[in-house]
Amino acid sequence: MVFETLFPNGWVHYLLGGLLIGAGTAIIYLSTGIIAGASTFLESTLSYVSAKSRFQQYRFRASRDWRVVFTLGIVLGGAAYGLTFGEFGWTTDVQWWRLLVGGLFVGVGTRLGKGCTSGHGVCGVGSLSETSLLNVATFVGVAVGTAQIVAALGVTP
Amino acid sequence: MPAILLGGVVFGFGLGLSQMYRPEVVLRFLRLSDLGLLLVMGGASVVAGVVFAVGSRTDRTAPLTGREFGKRVKSMDRNVLLGGGVFGVGWGISGICPGAAYASLGVGNVTILYAVVGMFAGAYLQGYLRSETSAAEQTAEEPA
Repeated sequence: MVFETLFPNGWVHYLLGGLLIGAGTAIIYLSTGIIAGASTFLESTLSYVSAKSRFQQYRFRASRDWRVVFTLGIVLGGAAYGLTFGEFGWTTDVQWWRLLVGGLFVGVGTRLGKGCTSGHGVCGVGSLSETSLLNVATFVGVAVGTAQIVAALGVTP
Repeated sequence: MPAILLGGVVFGFGLGLSQMYRPEVVLRFLRLSDLGLLLVMGGASVVAGVVFAVGSRTDRTAPLTGREFGKRVKSMDRNVLLGGGVFGVGWGISGICPGAAYASLGVGNVTILYAVVGMFAGAYLQGYLRSETSAAEQTAEEPA
């Protein structure tokens, strides 16, 4: 069956997880009017410690406190999930240098491109923003290509 | 703030349930062997889209902050595509993105700290370079 080929590990938890991610965004939006993305946290948090003009922009200083709270919420949500479903303490097998180097690119890329998978991918696509649609198409395309190359080079996991 | 915390918890729980906190699952998607991520991003953006669309059509403002309900529309420029490309390379190498990394840390995946450190270093590098560039531009614009 086609569905099982496309989703060999099932599909219900993917959809439910996605709906919850959307619900989290909706709770924040409906109560505060804030459209929350996850990656600006990086820059706004750096504004606490760096005097560089880039980080001291008003929009980062003004939002940095709630962004810390939002991120703390995500961490707690992950913990609640792990404890509920007995996956707490799971660790990835992906090699440390892949996480570090990949993280570095992700850090540069999300800030240069004004958003990440949640900012552009969820909130921007949800707003039908052309900028976000183009950004998402770019990063998904490039990421698929990169992952294929990494796999073809025989890097596992 | 409690509303933002609650929203974050639900968001993080969703990242857990969808398994996006596991870089392995994201990498499986990027190798096109399990398309689950499409359902995750699709489900999340449809919910966000409906709520934003309804919100931005009312004349009301947000109950807790008095903010107007708007949409997330950012201006288009070269950096959007360049940044998307750089992000794509990082996502393809590591299988990790900011929100998923925070949730993964919550699940107890301490190894993910490598990615968190990398992301902060990348964001700092980007901000540092752009601070220098804009300072140089301002100096250049000043009359001799």
